Amino acid sequence: MSPAELQSKTAHPVLAIENLVTEIRSVRGLIRPVDGVSMSFPAGKIVGVVGESGSGKSMTAFSIMQLFPTSAARVAGGRVLLGETDLIGRSPEQMRAIRGSRIGMIFQDPTSFLNPVLTIGRQIEQQLEAHRWTGGPPAGDRGQSYANRVSELLTSVGLPRDVSTRYPHQLSGGQCQRVGIASALACDPDLIIADEPTTALDVTIQAQILRLMMRLQRERAVALMLITHDLGVVAEVCDYVYVMYAGRIVEEGDVRSLFAAPQHPYTRALMSGVLSLTGTGNIGFAVPGSVPDLAAPPSGCRFHPRCPHAMPRCSQEAPPLFDRPSGRSACWLHDEATP
Amino acid sequence: MSGTYETKHAETGSAPTPLIEVTGLHKQFASGGRFRRSRRSVHAVDDLAIRIHAGETFALVGESGCGKSTTARLMLSLQQPTSGDIRYKGTPLSMMSEAERRDYRRRVQVVFQDSNSSLNPRKRLGTILTTALTVSGAVADARRAVARAHELMEDVGLSPSASFFDRYPHELSGGQRQRVGIARALAPEPELIIADEPVSALDISVRAQILQLLQRIQRERSVAYLFISHDLSVVRWVAHRVGVMYLGRLVETGPVESVFTRPVHPYTEVLINATPVADPERAQLRHVHVVSGDVPSTTERPSGCPFHPRCPLAVETCRSEVPELLPVGEAHAAACLRATERVEGLRLP
Ligand SMILES: Nc1ncnc2c1ncn2[C@@H]1O[C@H](COP(=O)(O)OP(=O)(O)OP(=O)(O)O)[C@@H](O)[C@H]1O
Ligand SMILES: Nc1ncnc2c1ncn2[C@@H]1O[C@H](COP(=O)(O)OP(=O)(O)O)[C@@H](O)[C@H]1O
Ligand code: SF4
Ligand code: SF4
Ligand SMILES: [Mg+2]
Ligand SMILES: [Mg+2]
Repeated sequence: MSPAELQSKTAHPVLAIENLVTEIRSVRGLIRPVDGVSMSFPAGKIVGVVGESGSGKSMTAFSIMQLFPTSAARVAGGRVLLGETDLIGRSPEQMRAIRGSRIGMIFQDPTSFLNPVLTIGRQIEQQLEAHRWTGGPPAGDRGQSYANRVSELLTSVGLPRDVSTRYPHQLSGGQCQRVGIASALACDPDLIIADEPTTALDVTIQAQILRLMMRLQRERAVALMLITHDLGVVAEVCDYVYVMYAGRIVEEGDVRSLFAAPQHPYTRALMSGVLSLTGTGNIGFAVPGSVPDLAAPPSGCRFHPRCPHAMPRCSQEAPPLFDRPSGRSACWLHDEATP
Repeated sequence: MSGTYETKHAETGSAPTPLIEVTGLHKQFASGGRFRRSRRSVHAVDDLAIRIHAGETFALVGESGCGKSTTARLMLSLQQPTSGDIRYKGTPLSMMSEAERRDYRRRVQVVFQDSNSSLNPRKRLGTILTTALTVSGAVADARRAVARAHELMEDVGLSPSASFFDRYPHELSGGQRQRVGIARALAPEPELIIADEPVSALDISVRAQILQLLQRIQRERSVAYLFISHDLSVVRWVAHRVGVMYLGRLVETGPVESVFTRPVHPYTEVLINATPVADPERAQLRHVHVVSGDVPSTTERPSGCPFHPRCPLAVETCRSEVPELLPVGEAHAAACLRATERVEGLRLP
């Protein structure tokens, strides 16, 4: 990609979500795993979404793609803007075309989306066919150009070309995840959503995969949404980060400033629970309790039952995101009007 | 876990008989495919030696399949070693009377990664704990067991115990279930708790709570831990000494401080480099040497140094010569043919 092209690609967010609300009908009532979430994904940047399990990270990703693990879930409000167009309300066919061509996906368990009875090469080719990929040489034999594209993709993720003739069970976990990345890149998407892409991998393989993703993002100026529960991974690879708690964003900011001066009590608690490689001795403050049940979320600020700074106001009103020097943080402590 | 152990030994200054001493431990599985041709032997644990003192935390780290859990099962007598020796306070397991064995099984307890699958889903917490107390012989009568179960619950933070006593495991969060697992391990009054990835399945905030609990238990009861983990940052915080395993072998061992700040074995350094650091100012993944190649399989063990196909420092002799675990510093040993050069400052490329 030429410097000029790179420049133009990095100008606006590739995708932005505004006030997104997602609901799931469940036996325990209506739950809102995503409750008024806004995020922005600029080209050429790695944006981290971090939070403990059940905080709504995956549901946010599913909502962007409108592809839910359960038919009981639906987007109930807000917008998902891909460039100028709102994806909410698109037909399933339109969404199918967008997924895989403009938005690539990488999952935690790479084997779950690979077809066990097809070779790796055939699976990537099918994807190129389905999206009528035309990035190759315009004339000539389509089949041939697809095959070339497959080799090119496998090479770019550090796999030998002959992997295209192999079946998923003949690959290791790390190799499967590389295939997952190759397949997410197949149609040159603008945004890649990676949901815990290295959580199931050993640490040396995780390092290889993270390095690969950093390289590809740099070379292709693609926007990358990296969902993880690991603050170490965020600090190592992300440019910007959203911290989620119980379906809402509690803090966001540029990675360096956010780690240097976390604003929200929950972010601070998370960081004190992080055990760094240089630390030793006693574990710092551990926030009591655990992530709340979304069927009966706490009133007001959802962190208030666990927060060491909670005030009467915190259980009555949900705090908005206040501007901070490092980004934004949803806590009443930042409000001038708080007594 | 910090505190008690070091200070105690600094005072006495002598090396007491270890609580547990493992020497020359081997475990081979006849495994592989269903067809004879592909059937190979898996050398899951290969000539392992570990010593754990009372009140100490010894951590075993390494990538998946390197033999950590197999080591745990051998020490718990859940599996029999192919060869080798496990001594408890100086007495080899193989020489123990039936009564001594029973006592050993009582004094060595286990906490698993996922207490959910190790807790009987049809039993209430109270029953789980009173059973553990009476079966092990830790308490004599049922009334005493109920009182003791309540104490244990309070001890591990399941408080007030009355509100937990009649619950079933599925009525608990992951962190609470892990507390039950710990309470059950504590019931027989163990001297060693083998904790196999005890916090790996937990969220960050809950993980910190459980690690704090384990540290407090050690302070109060001076129980020893064999702490198994693939996460070096957790190990750094909780362990006194650490052993790094690769393909069934111990490749480096020593005090946590010296192994983590002055790793001698290239694999140890590779593991440290690959571990994400939660500080963007010190982010390292972009710069450090990242090892190539996959986590190896025990069925295809390389000749010579088992790490040579991935080792950035490998030389010709590494293909043929098997390095032995040799001293490289104060209580610090490594199994690398280039250990001397490393100690003198040879860096990874
Ligand atoms: N019963 C068995 N039969 C055959 N092979 C086995 C058996 N148990 C373990 N192995 C093999 O022994 C090796 C070590 O396994 P082990 O479970 O000890 O690894 P581990 O270090 O605990 O890994 P993880 O981090 O994934 O838990 C592996 O190659 C495994 O496949
Ligand atoms: N398949 C499902 N059916 C019903 N509820 C679900 C389903 N998947 C997720 N949820 C709910 O959505 C919430 C957020 O889940 P998720 O987005 O998967 O969290 P995260 O990815 O942050 O761990 C969870 O608390 C859960 O209650
Ligand atoms: S709003 Fe109140 S309860 Fe919520 S984080 Fe801030 S101080 Fe704590
Ligand atoms: S013996 Fe050779 S291959 Fe093995 S770790 Fe040392 S330098 Fe590397
Ligand atoms: Mg998820
Ligand atoms: Mg294991």
